[in-house]
Amino acid sequence: MANQFCTYETAWCPGCGNFPIIDCLKTTLEELGKKPNEVLVAAGIGQAAKTPQYINTNAFCGLHGRSLPAAVAAKIANEKLTVIVNTGDGDSYGEGGNHFIHNIRRNIDITHFVHDNQIYGLTKGQASPTSMLGLVTGVQVDGNINEPLNPLLLAIAAGAGFVARAFSGKKEHLIDIMKQAINYKGYALVDILQPCVSFNKVNTFSWYNKRVYELKDDYDYTNKINAITKAMEFNDKIPIGIIYKENKPTYHQKNKILSDNIPLIDKSINKKIIEDMFQEYI
Amino acid sequence: MYNLLIGGAAGQGIETTAAILEKLLKTSGYNVFSTKDFMSRVRGGHNFSLIRFGTEAIHSHSNVLDGIIALDDNTIALHKDNLKETGFILCDANLKTIDTRAIKIDLNTMAKKLGNPRVSGSISIGAVLKLFGETLQHINTVVPQFIKKELVNINLTAMADGFNCTEKKFAHLDGQYSNYMLISGTKAVALGAIAAGLKFYTAYPMSPSTGIMESIAAKSDKAQIVVEQAEDEIAAINMAIGASYAGLCSMTGTSGGGFSLMVEALGFSGIAEIPLVVIDVQRPGPATGLPTRTEQSDLDFVRSASQGEFPRMVIALRNQEDAFYQTIRAFSLAEKYQLPVILLSDQYLGDSLATIKTFDIKNVTPQKPLTQYNDREKYLRYKYTPSGISPRLVPGKTDQVVIVDSDEHDETGHITESADVRNKMVDKRMKKLKGLYHELLEPDFIGREDFNILLIGWGSTWGALQEAVTILNEQNKEKYAALVFGDIFPLPKKLLQEKVAQAKAIINIEQNATGQLAKLVREEIAITFADSILKYDGRQISGEDIVNEIMRRK
Repeated sequence: MANQFCTYETAWCPGCGNFPIIDCLKTTLEELGKKPNEVLVAAGIGQAAKTPQYINTNAFCGLHGRSLPAAVAAKIANEKLTVIVNTGDGDSYGEGGNHFIHNIRRNIDITHFVHDNQIYGLTKGQASPTSMLGLVTGVQVDGNINEPLNPLLLAIAAGAGFVARAFSGKKEHLIDIMKQAINYKGYALVDILQPCVSFNKVNTFSWYNKRVYELKDDYDYTNKINAITKAMEFNDKIPIGIIYKENKPTYHQKNKILSDNIPLIDKSINKKIIEDMFQEYI
Repeated sequence: MYNLLIGGAAGQGIETTAAILEKLLKTSGYNVFSTKDFMSRVRGGHNFSLIRFGTEAIHSHSNVLDGIIALDDNTIALHKDNLKETGFILCDANLKTIDTRAIKIDLNTMAKKLGNPRVSGSISIGAVLKLFGETLQHINTVVPQFIKKELVNINLTAMADGFNCTEKKFAHLDGQYSNYMLISGTKAVALGAIAAGLKFYTAYPMSPSTGIMESIAAKSDKAQIVVEQAEDEIAAINMAIGASYAGLCSMTGTSGGGFSLMVEALGFSGIAEIPLVVIDVQRPGPATGLPTRTEQSDLDFVRSASQGEFPRMVIALRNQEDAFYQTIRAFSLAEKYQLPVILLSDQYLGDSLATIKTFDIKNVTPQKPLTQYNDREKYLRYKYTPSGISPRLVPGKTDQVVIVDSDEHDETGHITESADVRNKMVDKRMKKLKGLYHELLEPDFIGREDFNILLIGWGSTWGALQEAVTILNEQNKEKYAALVFGDIFPLPKKLLQEKVAQAKAIINIEQNATGQLAKLVREEIAITFADSILKYDGRQISGEDIVNEIMRRK
């Protein structure tokens, strides 16, 4: 049977890491038994951010860097929606850096898949927040001199309850991580390493493929100190899998209005309550 | 009509004293109008409230005083020149003033004797009630509205003590306003939003807009509203848009600086056709400007903010009734035409309290997006229609998928670069303005039908213009009228053209330095303004100020 989430022709370069990621997302949603109208895929702007254009779900293609605020608000509106943000490293960690930090603090039950190719693709090859030191680009002509951001470390430090890394070249593993992230109750970050075949000539498919290794069952992702150490590993070896996981109260559980599990969109009050409010001014 | 000033340093309790006193006066039957003049500091400096009350309608503050309640010497020094010869200065016995109008009371000693130095404000209230021939009959019902339960009794005693240590000086006047509301512009906006069906309010704190968020938060439990303090204004507006996309009646609010950060998302609401209500409570700019003061200098900005072209609506709030009813209307227009509606308020209107008829919401029915789709055709979020308005479904409420895009898009909502689709989509969006034009409300016309001098203003100078036109017509050989715009962009032109044709001279009166309304009017119709009265010192123009300025320039 054809996957109900498949629809549209894409504008990505042949060999782009976005292809396996969107394939895995479609498979994940299908295998989780979701229906297209129950899912909202939100994005900002960028190559990865075109994901909602190419998948048959509700789609919110917002502004550059601003996918998280819109996505979390949609979840506040209707908790029955499965809300997923698929967008890039520039969108998530650069333009949207402030939203990244503060939505971890909110812990709204959404999933954030960051397509991390360590480069700006849509604007044709400038350094991204995760670009490695020394990367030469049309702007960083003498090589990138700014420390790359470690999104996993930042997320753990900010208090995220689900922090994982995956690689677009390990599809089965990616699907497994995607499922766990979507099922996690709270904000889940998955930093997905992916090659950019056109603009990142350093961090290629084989560069990642040589380095990534799957975390085994003996790795305790509930131990924060372990997780911090693991999150810092990004050199000859790069761990993929769940780096840190902790159950914590979600925004909906913490918020007095939302904690009754009735979607906000279905709540209403009668006029009498409003009219009573006028009385205190008389 | 009487006019009182309560002044002192920040932290001395002026706000609570004024709030209790003005409510007592309103409860006694007076029409009350009060304003605040506060510095951007938590302690020290000089702050004051003006409370004007009488038996007739009052729409503006006045700087001519019948009484000063001075909590420090500085207040007396700064304001005694505005005090009438027959006026009084109520102050503590320890203040240095030798003004013959001073009524010195041992406020601090009396308060200490009662066991709490902070009740001196209540002693003053008691004394003022006596001075104006009032009774203590309403203090038992009014005081608990403003004072913590455990402190109510001591404050009631303090009021009685103050009442007993002064003599009546002015006559009580019988007013008919005891059943009216006494409410600020800020609170009226909050209640308007709630009445419109608000479910989500998000903002980043910024004076003078924060009071709206606090007022809604105070009612969030009863009204089932989620209030979320955003990490910045960019997040706030994008959250409001995301919630609106998902079907919630949502709103954000800020002042000019925060609005500057929201600008890109304003255009997003425009192209993605997601209903959005934003309130800009103006303060003097640019940049940080004068944070706690007032100005009308964002009109040029908000009517053109954001790149590209898209339909929008700007409504200026003129008074506390507008603040309520126009906020409701903003939600309804935003939903109906699927566009951003910007409400323009300012510090003066937000912080002023006026006496108005109790809000009536019998005819208010919140507009909602569609929750059903039975059409046999494929659902198209951006379907071309004669009105330009496409059916708006929300995600998850039907079996359709809803696709919205900040890129130019086709009818389905998907990204496109087709020249043909681009033209059609721009036309579709702009076509919505045709419907909107029919909904525009003409400006308020004030004054004599047979006028020859026409004053033109907008927003919160409405009250001052009301008063000015009345005084001018009483005093002058010339005949005056005013047009005050609420709906301001797109500019309603019918009444304007009619009245302009009759005017011998036209004067624009605005709280900005460049005459932004005059500029907008001249874009639409060819007229010459004989004069401009422009005020940009951060303090609101009063009716008297307008009269004096017109007389001075004659």
